[in-house]
Amino acid sequence: MTQSFNAAPIALDSIDGFPSRIGRVFLLDETEIAVFRTSDDEFYAVENRNPHPKGGPLAESIVSGHYIYDPLYDWKIDLKTGLVQEPDSGQVNTFRVEVQSDQVAVFK
Amino acid sequence: MNTAKEQLVVIGNGMAGINTLEQILKLTDRFEITVFGSEPYPNYNRIMLSYVLEGSKSLEDIVLNDWSWYKENGITLHTGTTVTHIDTAGKTVLTDTGLTRSYDKLLIATGSNSLMLPIPGSEREGVVGFRDIADCDQMLDAAKQYKKAAVIGGGLLGLEAAKGLVGLGMDVTVVHLMDDLMERQLDSQASAMLKTELERRGIKFAMGKSTAEMQGDHRVRKLVFTDGEEIEAEFVVMAVGIRPNKQIGEVSGIETNRGILVDDFMRTSAPDVYSVGECAEHRGMCYGLVAPLFEQGSVLAKHICGIETEGYNGSITSTKLKISGVDVFSAGEFIEGPRHTVIAAKDEWKRTYKKILLDQGKIVGAVLFGDVTESASLQKYVREAAEMTDEIYGDLMGTGGHCGGKSKTAAVEKMADDEIVCGCKGVTKKTIVDAITEKGLTTVDEIKACTGATGSCGGCKPVVEQILSFVLGDGFQKTVKTGICGCTPMSRQEIVASIKEKGLRTTKEVMHVLDWHNPEGCSKCRPAVNYYLGVIYPGVHKDEKESRFVNERMNANIQKDGTYTVVPRMYGGVTTPEDLKKIADVSVKYNVKAVKVTGGQRLDLIGVQKEDLPKVWEELDMPSGYAYAKSLRTVKTCVGSQYCRFGTQDSMAVGAMLERKFERLDFPAKFKIAVNGCPRNCAESCTKDIGIVGNDGGWEIFVGGNGGIKARLADSLCKVKTDEELTDTVAAVMQYYRETGNYLERTSEWVERIGLEDIYAKTVADAENRRKLVDSIEHALTFVEDPWKQVLNDKKLRSELFETAKPAVPQA
Repeated sequence: MTQSFNAAPIALDSIDGFPSRIGRVFLLDETEIAVFRTSDDEFYAVENRNPHPKGGPLAESIVSGHYIYDPLYDWKIDLKTGLVQEPDSGQVNTFRVEVQSDQVAVFK
Repeated sequence: MNTAKEQLVVIGNGMAGINTLEQILKLTDRFEITVFGSEPYPNYNRIMLSYVLEGSKSLEDIVLNDWSWYKENGITLHTGTTVTHIDTAGKTVLTDTGLTRSYDKLLIATGSNSLMLPIPGSEREGVVGFRDIADCDQMLDAAKQYKKAAVIGGGLLGLEAAKGLVGLGMDVTVVHLMDDLMERQLDSQASAMLKTELERRGIKFAMGKSTAEMQGDHRVRKLVFTDGEEIEAEFVVMAVGIRPNKQIGEVSGIETNRGILVDDFMRTSAPDVYSVGECAEHRGMCYGLVAPLFEQGSVLAKHICGIETEGYNGSITSTKLKISGVDVFSAGEFIEGPRHTVIAAKDEWKRTYKKILLDQGKIVGAVLFGDVTESASLQKYVREAAEMTDEIYGDLMGTGGHCGGKSKTAAVEKMADDEIVCGCKGVTKKTIVDAITEKGLTTVDEIKACTGATGSCGGCKPVVEQILSFVLGDGFQKTVKTGICGCTPMSRQEIVASIKEKGLRTTKEVMHVLDWHNPEGCSKCRPAVNYYLGVIYPGVHKDEKESRFVNERMNANIQKDGTYTVVPRMYGGVTTPEDLKKIADVSVKYNVKAVKVTGGQRLDLIGVQKEDLPKVWEELDMPSGYAYAKSLRTVKTCVGSQYCRFGTQDSMAVGAMLERKFERLDFPAKFKIAVNGCPRNCAESCTKDIGIVGNDGGWEIFVGGNGGIKARLADSLCKVKTDEELTDTVAAVMQYYRETGNYLERTSEWVERIGLEDIYAKTVADAENRRKLVDSIEHALTFVEDPWKQVLNDKKLRSELFETAKPAVPQA
């Protein structure tokens, strides 16, 4: 469910603006995205919308490796694919992130 | 060469052959011994290969007899040498390197080979078995270059291989012909639980699938199943079973069937030729596990040395899966038939399962999943076909009250001195008992260092623990076996001890040094470890916001729509008209969806937007009520002696005082207090973590009450006379709970776990200890700070956590 690769990158903030293993929320047009910096300084962006039927945000998740544990239902989600890990199921939209000269940019 | 000695030649330098030699050497020195082995290594522990794969052990760690052992015992060792023929009439062996050696006694211990299915395409590169160090090396190599792996076979070996490959970063699918994993060791129920657990650990499964073909170029690239489905696989481990390596018998005219045929004294059809281990077939059985080969070796050693012994009667096998943290055990008959009486207990919450089969009242088999503490007892009962009694039942099924340990050590007591406890190292009960009594050992680790027991597969650890507790009596404290979550097998106690001992400072360091399976932990252990660090190093540990649950990170309670609630302090449930006005004004300004009076006598502003939280706090200008935290929530009070005609004590004042004194401190779980002015108990002390009831001459203190998910009435701890004694006792109980409580364990569970007597002893009876606890909590209290003020004073934190940012500049 990764979004189009053709669009232009949108710069979000400099690397220093992203604390390790704590999500930040950005509003792009109408869409909220949650950006995570993992402990090995990889960046991932997902739509800030919990794949659980009751919804809710994702940015406040606990980050472990490239997985997050969502703040409301403790679902484990792979940041690389957006896939909810078993025994639960579902998928969240992911966005490609690139770091270009210290700027974290997202492709939407 | 000393020709006066009898010549003993051993074909096979593995666990069976060398174990037998070790036992022979204990009995006699009359043999001149020569060993031939095909592999270029000294004897190593084959069953530990999965640990090598997992990375938790090195090759050196699993060597059982190093080169010097052979030298010290005068054994001539030919590695990399395969015996190709036995001349049973001339009593000589011939090797592939052209050596001949004559023997007086010959032992065949050639073990077994991986069964390689003749699937079309399986000759391609990248298809291996899982049997020896060479296979293991190939797997380690493959993991560096390839991503997708398949393991054919969902048995013990296949699952261990799969876990190892997942640990090496590969994407692994286990292909299994049957619908149940490990169907030869487990029933469907345990098998299903195992599958779920392994899936949680990242292994994928293709069940009920048979591989028709392996496609690819020079290398295997994918598996095609008979139903037409296919999966990608650049590396395939064939782990469908083992086949006794009987070839040397066949070519030398020794009788074979599935394996080399032996009688009860391990004699083959040829004179003075014996066989033990996986290559041997005894009464129609070929064993693939370590315990039987050891029992066989023991019989043979005695027989060959001319010591009278009963023959070998076959073994009742039991199995344990060697995947850290996934505990599975089975013994004897485990699939129920019409003649069986079944005792079963399944706990889906704790993910444990226990089943015991009886045949005419006798214990004939068992399956355990999740909790295998009873495996030692069960193994013994099954072996003896013990009659089920009320006592054994209570012991095994956990309904026998708290005296369960008694009959378990009784089972150890009845165990014969020369019974083998550790099958991997051949350590008897007597050796262990002697080590404990003579060397004064008190832990399993010391026994491991001294005797080697538990050092290999670790399967005998429960028995060793039981022997230890039997020998030491009350002096032995059993360690809790289950880990705090799936990421570690360690208990809170072990983690806390290691943190202190090794001086670990961050969750990352703890998880790294203590070998967490999941390097950054999960939502269960990260907050827990962060809490333990905070208690151990008050004022020094830098609280990790990234290891806090959302509510404790944001200092507010998240609601299902992503808005939050705000609860300001209202000490002792008492407020003022000015404060109420302020709360009303802020609620209107920030469009709060509801204002609710909480169960803890304060006000809850529900539905505050995340980005408004700091502003709401700023304008309220009140301390955080910690309604979101594992901390002191509220102190509920009744009106008390200031106004109430029944009141004997000033509950409002004392409640507010306690709340001010102990607020903001971290606890293992949320903490609630109530203070009542008289025994009418209007503020409901009996359902609080600490309940305080005033009477004419002082206070009565209750602990461990809970009105939540599992209601529990508080226990009376003690009565005190003065407010000062009251504060000290409350402080001591709180600190003792902070230091010994498991994370998320409420006092209701804590009191049951460690016992009211112990809490009384530590916080009431022992004045000196109480003083220490009070000093510790006072010290910790000097570092607390209002979290709302903290956010308001830290612009960066405020923007990172609470603001929704807009992109910097859109780029072209």
